[in-house]
Amino acid sequence: MKDNDNNSGIVQQQLLDFYKSNEAAICADDTPKVRVLRNNALQRFQDFGFPNAKMENWRNSKIINALHGNFRMPALDEKHSEAKPFSCELCDMDTEIIMLVNGVFSGETSLKKYDNGMVIGSTRTAMKARPDLFDRYFGTTMPAETNGFYDVNTALWHDGYFVYVPKNVAAERPVQVIKLIDNESNPFVQTRNLIILEDNASLQLIDCDDSFNQQSSLINAFTEIVIGDNASLDKYKLQNINDNTSLLNSNSIRQFGNSRFRSNTISFNGGMIRNNIHVALDAEGAEAQVYGLYLMDKHQHIDNYLKVNHKVPNCTSFEKFKGILDDEASAVFNGHVYVAPGAQKTNAQQNNSNIILTPKAKIDAKPFLEIYADDVKCAHGTSTGQLDQEAMFYMQQRGISKANARMLLMYAFAAEISNHIAIPAMQERIDDMIKRRLRGELSSCDNCVLRCSHPKEYHFEIDENKL
Amino acid sequence: MLLNIKNLHVSIGGKEILKGLNLGVNEGEIHAIMGPNGTGKSTLAAAITGREGYEITEGEIWYKGKNIVGMSPDDRANEGIFLSFQYPVEIPGVSIQNFMRTAINAKREYNGQAPIPTVDFLKMMKEKQAMVEITEKLQNRFVNVGFSGGEKKKNEIFQMAMLEPSLAILDETDSGLDIDALRIVANGVNHLHRPDNAFVVITHYQRLLDYIVPDFVHVMYDGRIVKSGGKNLALELEEKGYEWIKESNL
Repeated sequence: MKDNDNNSGIVQQQLLDFYKSNEAAICADDTPKVRVLRNNALQRFQDFGFPNAKMENWRNSKIINALHGNFRMPALDEKHSEAKPFSCELCDMDTEIIMLVNGVFSGETSLKKYDNGMVIGSTRTAMKARPDLFDRYFGTTMPAETNGFYDVNTALWHDGYFVYVPKNVAAERPVQVIKLIDNESNPFVQTRNLIILEDNASLQLIDCDDSFNQQSSLINAFTEIVIGDNASLDKYKLQNINDNTSLLNSNSIRQFGNSRFRSNTISFNGGMIRNNIHVALDAEGAEAQVYGLYLMDKHQHIDNYLKVNHKVPNCTSFEKFKGILDDEASAVFNGHVYVAPGAQKTNAQQNNSNIILTPKAKIDAKPFLEIYADDVKCAHGTSTGQLDQEAMFYMQQRGISKANARMLLMYAFAAEISNHIAIPAMQERIDDMIKRRLRGELSSCDNCVLRCSHPKEYHFEIDENKL
Repeated sequence: MLLNIKNLHVSIGGKEILKGLNLGVNEGEIHAIMGPNGTGKSTLAAAITGREGYEITEGEIWYKGKNIVGMSPDDRANEGIFLSFQYPVEIPGVSIQNFMRTAINAKREYNGQAPIPTVDFLKMMKEKQAMVEITEKLQNRFVNVGFSGGEKKKNEIFQMAMLEPSLAILDETDSGLDIDALRIVANGVNHLHRPDNAFVVITHYQRLLDYIVPDFVHVMYDGRIVKSGGKNLALELEEKGYEWIKESNL
């Protein structure tokens, strides 16, 4: 891995140089707190650089290979060309839309305020417009175990999306974030997002990563999420990026008493994807349900890292990730549940199961429970297998062709995850996408799955009236 | 003749299990196949339905005038061959309704017909499940998942009723059934029995044949049918056991 180490050193230096020459612009709108966090992160990044494959949490992960040194640092004022047809209004979805292009907020009103006090828009604008609110939450979820990707994001972030749901407010419609990378030349994008749910608030959020074209890019997104007492967040992540794009999608969630976090990460396509999900259950009664589904083929690589930290008694966490790997695709599942001393009555369940369709596809599954309390209910399991041949014959004996029997079995396997999507219209759409993906008919050129851009290129089987 | 098996030899992993079996079944007939464990009864069912791993080294299986050796399992099913499995398979994530609809439409497509209209399908589901006393709740569950032994077997007969085969093979459908479930399963079969279809009932025990009365009883031993007779042969076997068959075939 020497070459990679060298290249990651080059990228490290590029990023440090970029910071030095753009410091004034990067930090222009910083609150004093943000400025301090930037400096600290920059120092750590300078000292430690990127993670390498020798580190336990990055073993078998290919994302480090994405640091090949040819990336370009995007200009800070870089936006999409206005000629591109963004026509979100046209798609008639019942959602609030936030659009990010190359990690930067794109749209007319960079911060939209609602009568009920809810605010959505650009992270940067939020920091400028509501510094008190911003400082109260920004940086408060950061996991103790940091790494170069998190540090470089904290040091260099320029923009991202911001969602604030105040106390006792239930967001009326889901918020939908569409993130596009629109570039000709290898950008390295640092996106920083902040989602705040105050006490008793509730929100459904759809967050999509899509590609505009087949150009390569490296996206390093970091999302901080604070969920207050009795608050509830459903977060759906859809990843359908091209085979030349590498994506680091990191999430750090801090949950307060009796809060509920339900997350579903569905990875349809992507050259290299690493999802990091850190959940801190900080107060009693908090519940986290973390689901994931990945359908990878060709030489694609996906790596899901989950860390759930049961800090106090009486919290529940449930993790289930399932994957289907075809061709020479590879996957890593790295799940770590930590139960702190005294965190009694913890209920933690973790499961990863995979279907491997070819001898060359590969999964490295590492479930890990670390428990320092004695009155807990914890379980973990992994399974990896081929399609059930008994079931295949059973179906064929009923007249179903081998190809359709395969599809039915794979779809049934995947649907166990998509069934957890609580927005019916979206679940229907996702199920349709899963079927098309399994039939090899879904290309990353479908772009945003909720078809909010390029309306002309779409032809969907699903009845639009249902949405 | 609906089914005509001639000199069938079948090997699994190089080991010969069926050693020259002959069997003829006409439309409208019910045949019972009995015999001790390990004589190849289930292998016969697997060979007729085209299961992978069962190598036909010699002989022919004629069905509706075609030699079906080499035909895919799904094509055989769509030609009207149905197997009620000894151990019905659980398929998590696939509802019975979805499963049946896919199967019925596969058969219709095979026969050049349009997919079944939803209303007709639902009506058919309702009728057939009532016939085998399956509650509506069961229909929305995943195929065989969490079913009791009796429910699984009833579900096999239900599927048979939905698919209306010309040749149905029941592989030890009676094993693990209590008397009520046995009665329901047998009623289902008797209800479906018509002059234009046939049943091959594989069983260890005479018990099932009190309910499903066979026209012919065959005794298998060591990969062959060694004795055939009328329904009274089953009673004779019940009385004497299989030892005398074994002894006379040493």
